[in-house]
Amino acid sequence: MQSTRGQIGHWVMLHVAWCFFVACGPTPDDGPKKAPQVGGSAGPSATLHYFTWSDYVDEQLIEAFERKAGVKIVVDTFGSNEELLAKLQSGASGYDLAVPSDFMVSIMIKQGLLAELDLAKIPNSKLVLDWLQKLPFDPESRYSIPYLWGTVGIGYNSEVIASPPDSWTVLWDPRYKGKISMLNDQREVFGAALRSMGHSINAKDPRVIGEAKAKLVAQKPLVKTYSSETYHQLLAFGDVVLAQGWGGAVARAMAERPSIQYVIPKEGGTVWADCLVVLRTSRHRDLAMQFINYLLDSEVAARTTDRLLFASSNRESKDLVQSTIRENPAVYPPGAALDRLEWMADVGEAIRLYDRAWTELKLE
Amino acid sequence: MGAFFFLPLLLVLVISFASRGTYGGVEWSFSLANYATVADPLYLKIFLHSLVLALVATVLCLVLGFPLAYYIARLPVRWQGVWLLLVMIPFWTNFLVRTYAWIFMLRTEGLLNSLLIGSGLIDKPLEVLFSDTAVLIGLVYGYLPFMVLPLYAAIERLPRSVVEAAWDLYAPAWAVFWRVILPLTKPGVVAGCILVFIPSLGAFITPDLLGGARSMMVGNLIQHEYLVVRDWPFGSAVSFVLMGLVLTGLMAYLRTEETMNKPGEER
Repeated sequence: MQSTRGQIGHWVMLHVAWCFFVACGPTPDDGPKKAPQVGGSAGPSATLHYFTWSDYVDEQLIEAFERKAGVKIVVDTFGSNEELLAKLQSGASGYDLAVPSDFMVSIMIKQGLLAELDLAKIPNSKLVLDWLQKLPFDPESRYSIPYLWGTVGIGYNSEVIASPPDSWTVLWDPRYKGKISMLNDQREVFGAALRSMGHSINAKDPRVIGEAKAKLVAQKPLVKTYSSETYHQLLAFGDVVLAQGWGGAVARAMAERPSIQYVIPKEGGTVWADCLVVLRTSRHRDLAMQFINYLLDSEVAARTTDRLLFASSNRESKDLVQSTIRENPAVYPPGAALDRLEWMADVGEAIRLYDRAWTELKLE
Repeated sequence: MGAFFFLPLLLVLVISFASRGTYGGVEWSFSLANYATVADPLYLKIFLHSLVLALVATVLCLVLGFPLAYYIARLPVRWQGVWLLLVMIPFWTNFLVRTYAWIFMLRTEGLLNSLLIGSGLIDKPLEVLFSDTAVLIGLVYGYLPFMVLPLYAAIERLPRSVVEAAWDLYAPAWAVFWRVILPLTKPGVVAGCILVFIPSLGAFITPDLLGGARSMMVGNLIQHEYLVVRDWPFGSAVSFVLMGLVLTGLMAYLRTEETMNKPGEER
């Protein structure tokens, strides 16, 4: 009867594994171990779980808050908005606050993942730039406050490209064949093509998306790489001379190679804002809002910009950052460019069209 | 242990029959639509491209790995350990870091080009980085140890006397290799090929970093569906088709082995 016993053993194992699986499912190991405080005001032993982008915090500023408020802050990181959503959807409930980008805020609101903010507890929210308030993804600013913001434009090497480019079409210039990099991000790459043809980056019309795809297929022989992580190094080393990229990353390339410049094309580019939100599952909502208020403080915001090269939403902080950063158009785009910027919106089911067109582009 | 292996698989299988919600969740309705989509020529092209790359990488690993394994296996025993250690040392460093190192070596102004130009072999830099060639280099580099180790184990067990007998009977060099060494080390060759082919087929870091994300392998498609499009059901279906392909290949191989090794037919 060896085989029967073997089978029973299997079932016991399976059962044990299942119980373990179920027990571990809802609360991850890194969740708060302490029982929640009642009534909000947290004692010195409270722990705040902050879920943010990788390389997106200044350790010293975090430590300063820990000392001031007598709390411990545990930072956990994600690499993309989609990863953030996937982790929260799959039941990770240990986090108190997170930093989703604009379009992801609207998805998270629709999914009921966010807690309403009490702006009376976040006095620094009054210092948020006017144009960053009441944005389409959270029209009443009930769930989110913009934290850091920036643009997507073109970084170029002025040693090679003599006349400063002013249009997305420069990325289709055959003279720079093999010296162009595009982001490895389907919405941004299609955004550049759509903008160059005078359309919105949030186009949903299959015909328009098809035309953008044809344009990108024509561009592909010129493109050295689709990269979202290494393009600032490639720019700095001279492997590429034109790169579609996020302003902050191009600013890093400038620090290594001063001939790198940044431009937001005349057709306009993408603007993004990473927002501070409190999660509905948070058991330290008051403390989380206290931390948000701290991050939005003018001085703290300025130090954050100095360190990360991303502009803060705080209107007073710009005067407090280092002057070289304040005058860098990759960090603070010139006022005229602001009118040409467009928010990336969730396109709903049309994402299927982008997805397919993107895969087709990759297989050309 | 089995449960930890099968539960996630079961979960993936169940999800592959569901469909994607508008905001990327999983909607529980049974359908085979995801599998029908995989059969789309567009996705078949990705499978074909991955198969070709993985096959070429496996053959290259075998061609490079066999002489190395043979050399190690014929060294004095105390040197064998040192050489095997050298083969395994790269594993002590994270794969991602080693792949980034290749970017620096293959760049236009990188190590490879400066060496080649410096020695006068070429006068214009080779544009290797961000091409299928770079992907192949990355795959062969990454999985060569998986080929060398089983080959070494097989060759080490190969009795020298058999090879010497072949020479003594005036077998030409190709015949010694083709009719004596290769058949006797076949288990190692097969194990090595499987260990290289399967991870190559599902690779996604190498094509992204060294291929410059200019094309897609199945691994990239799965990652894209899971993390960017948030279409877990379709991503799961692609995973299962990939696994089915690999299993079918293995089964077919085992079946032919069985019929060939049937008692009485053995020569």
